[in-house]
Amino acid sequence: MTNFTAQVQGVTKRYGETEAVRGVDLTLAPGECVAMVGHNGAGKSSLIKLMLGLTTPTAGSIRVLGGDPASAACSPIRRRIGFLPENVAFHPSMTGRETLDFYARLKGAPCRDNDALFEKVGLEPAAIRRRVSTYSKGMRQRLALAQALLGGPKLLFLDEPTTGLDPALRQSFYAIVAELRDRGTTVLLCSHALTELEGQADRVVVMNRGHKVADGSLATLRSLAQLPVRIRLTLPTGEIDALASRVGEGAALTRLAGGVVELACANDDKVALVRRITCNGPTAPIAVDDIEILQPSLDEMYAHFLRREAAE
Amino acid sequence: MNTLLIVAGKELREATRNRWVVATTLLMAALALTLSFLGSVPTGTVGVGPVEVTIVSLSSLTIFLLPLIALLLSFDAVVGEIDRGTMTLLLSYPVARWQLLLGKFLGHAAVIALATVVGYGAAGVALAMGNTAIGPESWRAFAAMIGSSVMLGAAFTALGYLASTIVRDRGTAAGIAVAVWLGFVLLYDMALLGILASGSGLGVETLNWLLLANPADAYRLFNLTGFKGVSAFAGTAGLAAHVQLSVPLLLAVMAGWIAAPLALAAALFSRKQI
Repeated sequence: MTNFTAQVQGVTKRYGETEAVRGVDLTLAPGECVAMVGHNGAGKSSLIKLMLGLTTPTAGSIRVLGGDPASAACSPIRRRIGFLPENVAFHPSMTGRETLDFYARLKGAPCRDNDALFEKVGLEPAAIRRRVSTYSKGMRQRLALAQALLGGPKLLFLDEPTTGLDPALRQSFYAIVAELRDRGTTVLLCSHALTELEGQADRVVVMNRGHKVADGSLATLRSLAQLPVRIRLTLPTGEIDALASRVGEGAALTRLAGGVVELACANDDKVALVRRITCNGPTAPIAVDDIEILQPSLDEMYAHFLRREAAE
Repeated sequence: MNTLLIVAGKELREATRNRWVVATTLLMAALALTLSFLGSVPTGTVGVGPVEVTIVSLSSLTIFLLPLIALLLSFDAVVGEIDRGTMTLLLSYPVARWQLLLGKFLGHAAVIALATVVGYGAAGVALAMGNTAIGPESWRAFAAMIGSSVMLGAAFTALGYLASTIVRDRGTAAGIAVAVWLGFVLLYDMALLGILASGSGLGVETLNWLLLANPADAYRLFNLTGFKGVSAFAGTAGLAAHVQLSVPLLLAVMAGWIAAPLALAAALFSRKQI
């Protein structure tokens, strides 16, 4: 048996003149949660459609769960794939239960498990009996997640799953994703909301204009990007000059509002820098009320990889 | 097979929910009942049965109305689902594209069949409850009219599916559907009549083929010339003697008008990049 759930090799997808995906390689392993980030039109949705077999690649090959997703004999593969599309839409005149029953029958999953699914995604029994046209965005998204979980998928594609959800719902959403991942399901998650992916994704794939520009764990990407760590100091007195002399050449100093000073330095220097500021030296240590260390966020790293891409 | 029924069942349920089924059934029943009551008035003097009168008037009306209903019901079937985003999700399921298309078609065809059988059947019941005795031959003609009406509806549903698959937006699909209706139902016969009237010497053979090239004409010929009692009343007895198109051929042509657009739509749909 293969040790990957999906493998994309040198895939290019052209729609007329525009190239939506260009020469992408990507491997997804079982029990892995991969976040794919990139702005609109970066090729994320196109890549998911290719892996679902909705479209066929112009060049390159795709294997999903041991087969070609676009082939005629892909039904056994699709039974084990869950998909939550970007702008999910259901047939408005059907009730929540009818909708899920319909999709369950199509997928060959037993309808009796649907109650458990409704409970898992937090749809109330009263809501299940109502027509989908009366649903709020959050309820529709819950129903969409329920259908994606039908039949216990081995591979789950979630395209912008949390847009329009309130924070509480996002939390429960990611809890469900984490539970699935722990049971060996591969989860591929697309999002604009980069900050909320931190702590959720084992691996981050950055897409830009159809290219894959970065791929690795958050820590790997951090060291690759070599973005500065920012240290924020709240100084009780305006000892900025003294601070500047202590900081020296290794870090850039910016003055922020409310007596806060921000120092930007390389990740490896941060411990030494803090020691230089707060410990006894030739002069008295600088009084610091508060100290805050900010790692570069996913947003910043994403911006960095895009800048690097643009520079090349 | 099972997948087809699941998709068809969903389509039928949806049509029931958004009142398509009720609306079309009521419309068909109202028209059929009106015509059958009108038809039962002159029977004493003309010497034809009320069923024959009803068949002639009802089938003439069906040619205009049923294709319109079928096209309205079907032009949105594929392009609308792509537009609303329900198609992407459906296609990610273990369903072949032809299954999806055929299943949806079966659902829509069932709506048409239900409306026609119930609506026209109501007229049949009304006729049966009348005072005039009606022979089995007349009933056969009436049943054949209902059956061929369902086929006519299915043929135009299939054409609507083809329109819905070819284009990328709903407006264009609607435009094509209207054009199909105008072309086949109104303009085609006018053009044919014009050619005949201009005396261009169109042979009987050519005319036969031209009539077969239109499902609405095949339907008309089937109902107005297929049964003796009807053709005598419809004034098409002379035509029936000339037109050498047998009933099985007409039925086969109508079946072809269902299968061919559907097959073409399925072929196009399976190659479509969503």
